[in-house]
Amino acid sequence: MSELLKIDGLTKAYPGVVANDDVSFEIAEGEVHALLGENGAGKSTLVKMIYGLVKPDSGQMTLGGAPYHPAEPKAARASGVAMVFQHFSLFDALTVAENITLGMENAPHRRELSERIREVSNAYKLPLDPNRIIGDLSVGERQRVEIIRCLLQNPKLLIMDEPTSVLTPQEVEVLFETLHTLSDEGTAILYISHKLEEIKTLCDHATILRHGQVVGECVPKEQTARKMAEMMVGASLHTPVKKNLHPGEVILNVQGLSLASKNPFGTTLKDINVTVRAGEVLGIGGVAGNGQDELLLALSGETASPRQMVQVNGVDVGDLNPNERRELGLLTAPEERLGHAAAPDMTLTENAMLTGNIRQRLSSNGFLRWNAARGFAKAIIEQFDVRTPSSENTARSLSGGNLQKFVIGREVLQDPTVLVVNQPTWGVDAAAAADIRQALMDLAEGGAAVVIISQDLDELREVSDRLAILNEGQLTKPAETADLSMDDIGLMMGGHMGDGSDNTTQEAAHV
Amino acid sequence: MDLSAINPLALIASLIVASTPILLAAIGELVVEKTGVLNLGVEGMMIVGAIAGFAVSVNTGNPWLGFLAAMFAGAMLALVFAILTQYFLANQVATGLALTLFGLGLSALMGINYVGKKPPSFPKLDVQFLTDIPIIGQAFLNHDYMVYISILLVAAVWYFLKFTRTGLVLRAVGENHDAAHAIGYNVTFIRVLAILFGGACAGLGGAYLSLISVSSWTEGMTAGAGWIALALVVFASWKPWWIIIGAYLFGGVTVLQLNLQAVGVTIPAVYLSSAPYVVTILVLVIMSGGRSSAPASLGRVFHASH
Repeated sequence: MSELLKIDGLTKAYPGVVANDDVSFEIAEGEVHALLGENGAGKSTLVKMIYGLVKPDSGQMTLGGAPYHPAEPKAARASGVAMVFQHFSLFDALTVAENITLGMENAPHRRELSERIREVSNAYKLPLDPNRIIGDLSVGERQRVEIIRCLLQNPKLLIMDEPTSVLTPQEVEVLFETLHTLSDEGTAILYISHKLEEIKTLCDHATILRHGQVVGECVPKEQTARKMAEMMVGASLHTPVKKNLHPGEVILNVQGLSLASKNPFGTTLKDINVTVRAGEVLGIGGVAGNGQDELLLALSGETASPRQMVQVNGVDVGDLNPNERRELGLLTAPEERLGHAAAPDMTLTENAMLTGNIRQRLSSNGFLRWNAARGFAKAIIEQFDVRTPSSENTARSLSGGNLQKFVIGREVLQDPTVLVVNQPTWGVDAAAAADIRQALMDLAEGGAAVVIISQDLDELREVSDRLAILNEGQLTKPAETADLSMDDIGLMMGGHMGDGSDNTTQEAAHV
Repeated sequence: MDLSAINPLALIASLIVASTPILLAAIGELVVEKTGVLNLGVEGMMIVGAIAGFAVSVNTGNPWLGFLAAMFAGAMLALVFAILTQYFLANQVATGLALTLFGLGLSALMGINYVGKKPPSFPKLDVQFLTDIPIIGQAFLNHDYMVYISILLVAAVWYFLKFTRTGLVLRAVGENHDAAHAIGYNVTFIRVLAILFGGACAGLGGAYLSLISVSSWTEGMTAGAGWIALALVVFASWKPWWIIIGAYLFGGVTVLQLNLQAVGVTIPAVYLSSAPYVVTILVLVIMSGGRSSAPASLGRVFHASH
């Protein structure tokens, strides 16, 4: 295979941070090349330079042997470089065809373009109707639009920025098939991700970035995921350690919680019974959409239930609102970071105040105590290694992993008696995920009751003492995690309730 | 009360004249809003256009030059808005309001010496056989050229937005400026051009008031026409042809209620005066059927930082 893109000594500095420092590597034709690195390692800046969105301070690139200095994305596209963005660059109110024509140079006429969209999308098994409005499409379909837009221009190099972070496992499979076909046809793919298992199955070669520098290269198929993670982080990765636990009193007691969802497409919770003791981590697994969100809302107080259905330390809290529950020590961290856990355009200090006000006494007599709030935000940033210039930056400006550390840290530092978290490490890189898990386990060790709702079974097996599965709004009887094999868990997810009844098997079969 | 005193043909003719300033300003603002920019300075740009056009026409004796000057003046005021909001990232609402206040003051100052003067007359579409067509000829085919220009302008804007690639890019910028930037379009430049176009149209609308429909200069003569134009864009769901319907409907009810007052209808004048607003809003709200089609980036500040 001959060399396609050669990157030589690219450097880009922003005020206060060197995003890329003398980065060099090569991509061959038809190669699937992974760009690995933690959040903030400089992956995005690097691909933006390749795509002409950012100009390097110094360094050269050559594409197919010729010097390559794209001044803008148009020039990059003209040279055969295409990019699929992590946050899609699509226009909701426009049709598929209009979206595609916007991203093309010399787009053909309407009818001809629609024809070609159908052709190419069928050829790559990504069927698309050119006349549909983007706003009506699913996330997976939207990504198809982006990919087809790139493919219509016969790219020599296709850049994909974390393409799977929004896809279901089935959609990921389809995507990988497409990428394999492309690579067989000679298209090089630069694949950015921090999902190491994916990279192992997909990529021929990997370049690893840390703090803007290339710190290693490897052939992913020959490496363990753990080894690659350590190269990314630059330190040996510690697996969270579980101490011997002596669970104490029952702190959280959920009794017969049945609740219809407010959302017409939601799941109704059916007769959920579970207790969590002090010092214990309860894991709740299951495929998304089986009542996870509804359970979190019922525990946080965003949906009220009959009062005796939820008890904290023997006090009925079912009909209390979130702030009243916070007063009693029941804290929660929802899945959706931007918009639910944090207000995107407010600063970290303000966000710290939003849930911390009650327990940290961040206001008095109706007036805000800014210094106290800032101190609290700074404590979170420091203790949870949140990478941000200051506590006055907006939540939106943080990367997903950093914001998640902030959100979890904000609740943990309020010294909860019960903490419920939903998907604590979703879209978070390996090092940050390990930190978050460790923090949750430390919290339990300190005597709190912790509930972790997650779809990552490996995570749940690692951190939880007992494990239960949510299935169509019903919760299995929790079992000791140590006693459960992966097969057992699979059976529980298939609808076996763990207590012998298997009345939901049939319902679950079509999930 | 004698309703037969109202001549429907004269009514149609005068409603078209009454509507044209609003139509011109609104179609300009529609293009601006389609790129995601909310310029509340329409009223200010209109009145500056009104006095600039008036002054140039009176001094040169050429009304065409007056309209050109009005477009230029409106665009210059819009340029101030463009620089403040697109390069200094000022808040669009506050800047637009300031522009209106500034325009009202500036026009009063510019117009001191022009109160009571007469502008040169403006040529009409005066083709004998067209005007002689019964009914239609009187109502529709005997107007000044600007009326037809304004309708052509709406058609052009519709065609441009719907069928041209540049129009698509313009809509895309208003829909999602971050995505447009990521694909490689110059969001700021496109918006500045649209803002200038909006200013020119508003200036044209203002000059139509001072040169044709009122035919004199008085301080504050736009009297809220710019605000009507702004509201019209929203109620017309950002659709060019609906702007014509809305503008003519508003102009029509305005003229009609004046006629009704003149013939002494027993409905209190306050209700009649408010009728144009109520009727226009009701009709357009019912037409749009509750679906909002506002450009998704409307009024949001764009900064190419990420």
